[in-house]
Amino acid sequence: MNYTEFLLWVRGPAFHFATAILVLGLTLRFLEMLFLGSPRQYAAVRSNGIAGGIRTVISRFAPPEPGVFQRSWFIIVAGYLFHLGFFISFFLFAPHIILLKQVLGVSWPGLPAPVINIITIVSLFAMITLLINRWYYPVLRFLSDFEDYLSWTLAFLPLFTGYLAFHHIWLPYPLMLALHILSVEILMIVLPFTKLIHTFTFIIARWTNGARAAQKGVQV
Amino acid sequence: MSAATFARGYQALKENIDISIASYFHSCVHCGMCAEACLFYTETNDPKYTPIHKLAPLRKVWEQEYTLLGRLKVWLGLAQPLKDEELAEWKEYIYDSCTLCGRCSMVCPVGNDLVYMIRKVREGIAAAGHAPTGLIDATTRAIKIGSPMGLKWPALQTQIKHVENDTGLIIPIDQPGAEFLVLMSSMEIINFPEYLAAVAKIMKHVGKTWTISTEAFEATNSGIQIGVSDIAKELVSRIVKAAEKLQVKTVISPECGHAYMAIRWEGPNLMGRYFKFQVKHILEVLDEFRDQGKLKTDGIFETARLTYHDPCQIARRGGVIEQPRNLLKLVARNFVEMADHGKMNWCCGGGGGVSAIDEAHELRTKVFNRKKNQLQELKVEKLVTACANCRIIIEEGFEDYQMELPIIGLTEMVAEHLVEK
Repeated sequence: MNYTEFLLWVRGPAFHFATAILVLGLTLRFLEMLFLGSPRQYAAVRSNGIAGGIRTVISRFAPPEPGVFQRSWFIIVAGYLFHLGFFISFFLFAPHIILLKQVLGVSWPGLPAPVINIITIVSLFAMITLLINRWYYPVLRFLSDFEDYLSWTLAFLPLFTGYLAFHHIWLPYPLMLALHILSVEILMIVLPFTKLIHTFTFIIARWTNGARAAQKGVQV
Repeated sequence: MSAATFARGYQALKENIDISIASYFHSCVHCGMCAEACLFYTETNDPKYTPIHKLAPLRKVWEQEYTLLGRLKVWLGLAQPLKDEELAEWKEYIYDSCTLCGRCSMVCPVGNDLVYMIRKVREGIAAAGHAPTGLIDATTRAIKIGSPMGLKWPALQTQIKHVENDTGLIIPIDQPGAEFLVLMSSMEIINFPEYLAAVAKIMKHVGKTWTISTEAFEATNSGIQIGVSDIAKELVSRIVKAAEKLQVKTVISPECGHAYMAIRWEGPNLMGRYFKFQVKHILEVLDEFRDQGKLKTDGIFETARLTYHDPCQIARRGGVIEQPRNLLKLVARNFVEMADHGKMNWCCGGGGGVSAIDEAHELRTKVFNRKKNQLQELKVEKLVTACANCRIIIEEGFEDYQMELPIIGLTEMVAEHLVEK
């Protein structure tokens, strides 16, 4: 298999396989959760919790209160930079938009390549600092397990290989591009079965926490 | 309660897992922010007190019982099922070093309600027989005697007589059709009978009918703290029966944090039905009186620089946040807030039953440092709160740290400022 064949393979069968695993995996994981149900609330509530649940899903995107920020500023700042960088480079890079249009049927304007380039560098830098923090901050050193490092690696590789492919660094472009796509496919396959699934489940987590608190009259 | 066994503990953990818990375990990315929100970590710097770590047994049960991947891991020998020793070991994390304050649930970026899960793990550890002796004893007294501190009706009756003699007011007992049923905590009966005097004075001031029940005067619920639902239900049902028998409109939860949680929020769920009466915290009732213009103050304001300590179960986990502030403004001129207050307040370190755990005493004294620093930063001359347990814990903390600061209950402070009618 030469570079071109490899590129065609990752773009074709491998992509379809990864998409299938992602969809089936997410379906399985969500069904596993949904079957657990939720206990009924009999206490006289102060609000039905729906608005509060939605509010928490959105409000936890915002920076926390000053007291919380001061104690966890590093993880918050680096976390923002990584997540924002990841999503901007994923959704607003012109070649990605073309690909997404083929899959989703809709498109949107992108950002200029030099801007994406800077954002990617910032995001990669944030990820490296997050990894170093995981080694040096005692709480994270204590908590971290294999899955944490695996998740970090799987999120890092698409950004890193994308950057290398864009700049034509190290490997021939078709091979680097193929590896970039493959790294995304590995991410898609593994996502439902690791904590990377938080990409989707955070909505239920924030919702349930926010709704329960709102029923008691507290905005969390 | 049947005999405690590991099988029962495991079953309790399994039964308590719901969709939200599954989403919390799926979503946790080990960011560590919950540690920085927990006073047991911030005051010890020991990572083992990180809230999400405290939930490891529950995570194991969820993964191995409710996920295909988890079952596969066990089948392939890649994961070990939960053991009794783990539950015994986790007693320290679930009871001694967690006051159920819920501050961790406020900061989690993915939105995990960690304390909701801690409460569930208590069900498992208690059913497996590893709950702290102090809490087991308190719960046994609550069931057999009627109060976690072993108080019977005659003890309250004696205090009632004292209050009646001191105030010249009548404390109504078992009055059917009264608007309010007033509950008390053992701590108030023994240490702060002035609360009862304050309630009597306020009720006379506003012209409302109220009563105390000889059958259900104890508001606290050790069943909730230890995590045994059938006991918690039995304790709640005593209040429900009395309230329905006396046909009161509203049950007033006293100045006690977890009592409010127990009767107001968990009570109806434990009973599996809606209540025929309302449950309100005393501060909610007082604030309603204020709002209706029924509280006529004497115009003499507290001039001391003072602050308010939010009991976690009343504020963050109970939703009574604005009411105490409204009431303080009514009687105090120099009220200042701690940097973290209201729903972000720091716990006193003794909530969630921790104050009843002897072996947790040293740790709780250590973590009181957080509250001590908060108060010292503010340079206040007086502290107001609305929980007898917080009050005792803070007083003990002051003693341990050789700090002097008067503490007063808010109900009592409001009563002191009412004009005599």
